[in-house]
Amino acid sequence: MRGAFFRALLELAEEDERVHLVVGDLGFGVVEEFARRFPRRFLNAGVAEQNMTGIAAGLALSGKIVFTYSIANFPILRCLEQVRNDVCYHNANVKIVAVGGGLAYGALGATHHATEDLAILRSLPRMIVVAPGDPVETAAATRAVTSHAGPCYLRLGRAGEAKIHPAQINFVLGKAIELRQGRDLTLISTGGMLGTATEVADMLQYSGVQARLLSMHTVRPLDTAAIESAVRETGAIFTLEEHSVVGGLGGAVAEFLAETWETPVAFKRFGLPSEFSSFVGSQEYIRNRHGLSAKAVALAIRAKLEKVQTLAAIATV
Amino acid sequence: MGCRESASLARKIRVQTVRMIHRARSSHLGSAYSMADLLAVLYGRIMRIDPKRPNAAERDRFILSKGHACAALYAVLAERGLFPKEWLEDFYLDGARLAGHATHVGVPGVEVSTGSLGHGLPIACGMALAGKRDECGYRVFAMLSDGECDEGSTWEAALFAGHHRLENLIAIIDYNKIQSLGSVKEVLDLEPFADKWRAFGWGVREIDGHDLAQIEETLARVPAEANKPTCVVAHTVKGKGVSFMENKLLWHYRAPDREEMTKALAELGAEE
Repeated sequence: MRGAFFRALLELAEEDERVHLVVGDLGFGVVEEFARRFPRRFLNAGVAEQNMTGIAAGLALSGKIVFTYSIANFPILRCLEQVRNDVCYHNANVKIVAVGGGLAYGALGATHHATEDLAILRSLPRMIVVAPGDPVETAAATRAVTSHAGPCYLRLGRAGEAKIHPAQINFVLGKAIELRQGRDLTLISTGGMLGTATEVADMLQYSGVQARLLSMHTVRPLDTAAIESAVRETGAIFTLEEHSVVGGLGGAVAEFLAETWETPVAFKRFGLPSEFSSFVGSQEYIRNRHGLSAKAVALAIRAKLEKVQTLAAIATV
Repeated sequence: MGCRESASLARKIRVQTVRMIHRARSSHLGSAYSMADLLAVLYGRIMRIDPKRPNAAERDRFILSKGHACAALYAVLAERGLFPKEWLEDFYLDGARLAGHATHVGVPGVEVSTGSLGHGLPIACGMALAGKRDECGYRVFAMLSDGECDEGSTWEAALFAGHHRLENLIAIIDYNKIQSLGSVKEVLDLEPFADKWRAFGWGVREIDGHDLAQIEETLARVPAEANKPTCVVAHTVKGKGVSFMENKLLWHYRAPDREEMTKALAELGAEE
């Protein structure tokens, strides 16, 4: 995703001279080309994220489109009040980009796990929250946030994720992308879990369960129309994210479901527990330890569906 | 001759401000009064602004980083004709346009909303950098409190501005030496204060923040040193202008009652 982001950003900077990149002394090996080609639109603010964000707001209020860039929680939590007051309150045209969303920096320890970001950022007024699922979505999302006049948060994974979308996509902020049709349930994924989600859908298909698969790349605003159709047409909703189950995609979908349907909808959130992960290891290792392997998710979905069917059968007796 | 004009504007700011804070039963009168003379010179003599075109691209920018003292800013903006003086009458009250910290929404002349300390100088750096890179001639003035120089973000911005030689940036520190819970010396001593700014790469001037001639002379000659941002350490008196408020921590918080307001207005040479 990181490569796709920078390729798209270079194109955008070529097209629009308002595009600026401000980094917090991170991005070794990836920011240099932008700095070389657009030296007057590049800035390394140093290891000072509060100032970086205030500067970005000041540049944006002077007519620029400003990308701030750092890793994991650094460009959002260290400077959260600057994000809220300086960027969101002023509707400043700032795009905050974090590489290492979720557990991408797994082995670096819990300080580098960005696992509450979606929850926190989606609560800020005016903030658009985007977590692309693969490099194809990343490139499209970079373009889309540049066209949106106002604050955006772009949560990227790491470098080298596989492409999930076979070809070009129609990417609209706030509109989910349907990757699989299905009638038995809907699996909604955000961010880097999209690959896992397709594996889950495959596994379910082998056992005769047709899963609809939605990539909810925009967590805010949430595509409630897609969720509404999913409930009507498939009956059961599962969310999948590399994020705490508190307040992220699962939380957002739960809020919508609870207020929209008079009777409970079969629903389960797959994500991380609201804990500091005690596991040391790679992204994949820590995901697996928290039950986020494709196999574990598929089995849990089957178990949930069976429970729902059993309860329904008892109710009709 | 500029001084007479500035003295008159400063007096108007103080008169409006005490009325506003009395009506609103709000606070921070002492913080507004310590910077009233600085504001009068800035808005009367120094800044290039056109009240009819508050968003003109070439305007000088002013950022009140010490947003709690906004009553004085609103007063000077109204006096300069950026919005009607009637707006001052319901400052801070239910349904008012003007909030108790500097708020840009619907208020011409307020560049950015502040209130949480330590935000103003970074934003000012961004605006100054844009002006410098785009070769626009505007200057960016940021008014800081001494208390907010406790904030790390202020020093992040200070380091940045010095490094990038933002000579179109002028920070003015309203150094009244009293912060929220006591004197600056007791709470978190800033001295040697001017030396700190010098060490961060700024051209520094220390002035009497109530000497109108000295303020004008200083601000008319910026940058103080070529290729450097300018820091004006303005030694001021909290509550300046009303004898019983001067140098009193109490007037960071207290709203004057009717009797106190009457006494204050009499000292300022105004009617109630």
